[in-house]
Amino acid sequence: MKGFFSFFLGLLLSVSSVFAQEDSPDALVKKVTEEVLTIVRQDKDIQNGNTRKAIELVEVKVLPHFNFQRMTALAMGKDWNKANAEQKKRLSEEFKTLLVRTYSNALTSYRDQTIRYKPTKMPGGDADVVVKTEILQPGGKPIQLDYSLEKQSEGWKVYDVIVAGVSLVTNYRDTFTQEVRANGVDGLIQMLSAKNKQLDSGKK
Amino acid sequence: MALVAGLSGCATTANNPKDPFEGFNRVMFSVNEGIDVVVKPVAQGYDKVAPTPVKTGIGNFFGNIADIWIAVNSFLQGKPADGFSDIGRVLVNSTLGIVGLIDVASEMGLEKHAEDFGQTLGTWGVEGGPYLFWPVIGPRNVRDTFGFVVDVSADPVPHVDHVPTRNTLMGVRFIDLRASLLPADKVVEQAAFDKYNYIRDAYFQNRRSAIYDGNPPPLED
Repeated sequence: MKGFFSFFLGLLLSVSSVFAQEDSPDALVKKVTEEVLTIVRQDKDIQNGNTRKAIELVEVKVLPHFNFQRMTALAMGKDWNKANAEQKKRLSEEFKTLLVRTYSNALTSYRDQTIRYKPTKMPGGDADVVVKTEILQPGGKPIQLDYSLEKQSEGWKVYDVIVAGVSLVTNYRDTFTQEVRANGVDGLIQMLSAKNKQLDSGKK
Repeated sequence: MALVAGLSGCATTANNPKDPFEGFNRVMFSVNEGIDVVVKPVAQGYDKVAPTPVKTGIGNFFGNIADIWIAVNSFLQGKPADGFSDIGRVLVNSTLGIVGLIDVASEMGLEKHAEDFGQTLGTWGVEGGPYLFWPVIGPRNVRDTFGFVVDVSADPVPHVDHVPTRNTLMGVRFIDLRASLLPADKVVEQAAFDKYNYIRDAYFQNRRSAIYDGNPPPLED
């Protein structure tokens, strides 16, 4: 009976450690990246610049792990608090569309790069981490690709993507601030939605 | 100076304190876009026609030459371990890697670094100064423009005596560099509301990160 109990306990511990490992932010980044790249490597359409197909892939595989509300707030800085609930929803929707597009478009440039995952320092109990990876490309310098994640009730969510030190999110800060200053929050919504419409009409 | 003042007058959105010459810079930016109308198709053709092993070899070859100056800058920035590793890269790649065509050193775990004199000045505490946009050379603040001049004077390629060889090397390297920027181009075209602004803001973030070797302290919100 005692043997059975310790066996059971051992099993329980190993199961929970598997779960803990699955849940860690660096494991999540690696899992999603590899899933996406495996598909891109086999998909000639995406490699030949089919953005629509790349967007579908990103929507299914990547999007659930992103927190777009947080991203929009980060892009807007102090102006985020000037928006009411309805405006926040629209801003996040439009900004999501734009980011998904940009990110998907980058995937169509994929050739034979491989990703190196750097060890992530996880101070105990920290709910906010940066997972560092590197894009290794033959004949070129490695490109840093970092993800900022925060822990939420449903697991870790990405709220920033940083390529070669450039945040795809905060790089909009000055542009958004200027627009809000000139035309208010609704002006920014307008600007984002016009941009998305324009990109959509040129979609392959 | 009058020219600069006159040109800044045509700026519509000049309110970035780091970019006091926005009007002038935007003119240079459009000059550069004009030059790129010719350069970009050449880079695209090269990217399409050259087989991957050839492009990799060319990138490695020039990367190996660049590693010498990268080593010097690693030492100047007080990173002797990186500096020795950079020298090791040059020695390994120039010999085992057949004049640098194969990056054997990376396979051996000697990581490639990216250093230049502008970064060295940055780590010494030299402020960036106003932002400038140069045709062909692209975005550089005053510090990095000066750094670039030093980088060029330390570059062995322009000092090759045989003129046709020198011109070929310079030309191939330039096209290879332009081709390596094609994917980023595609992203910027899509992501940017205003290409000039997007590139400028990305330049600020990229340089700040480079000076801190990829680990910049967080900015205030």
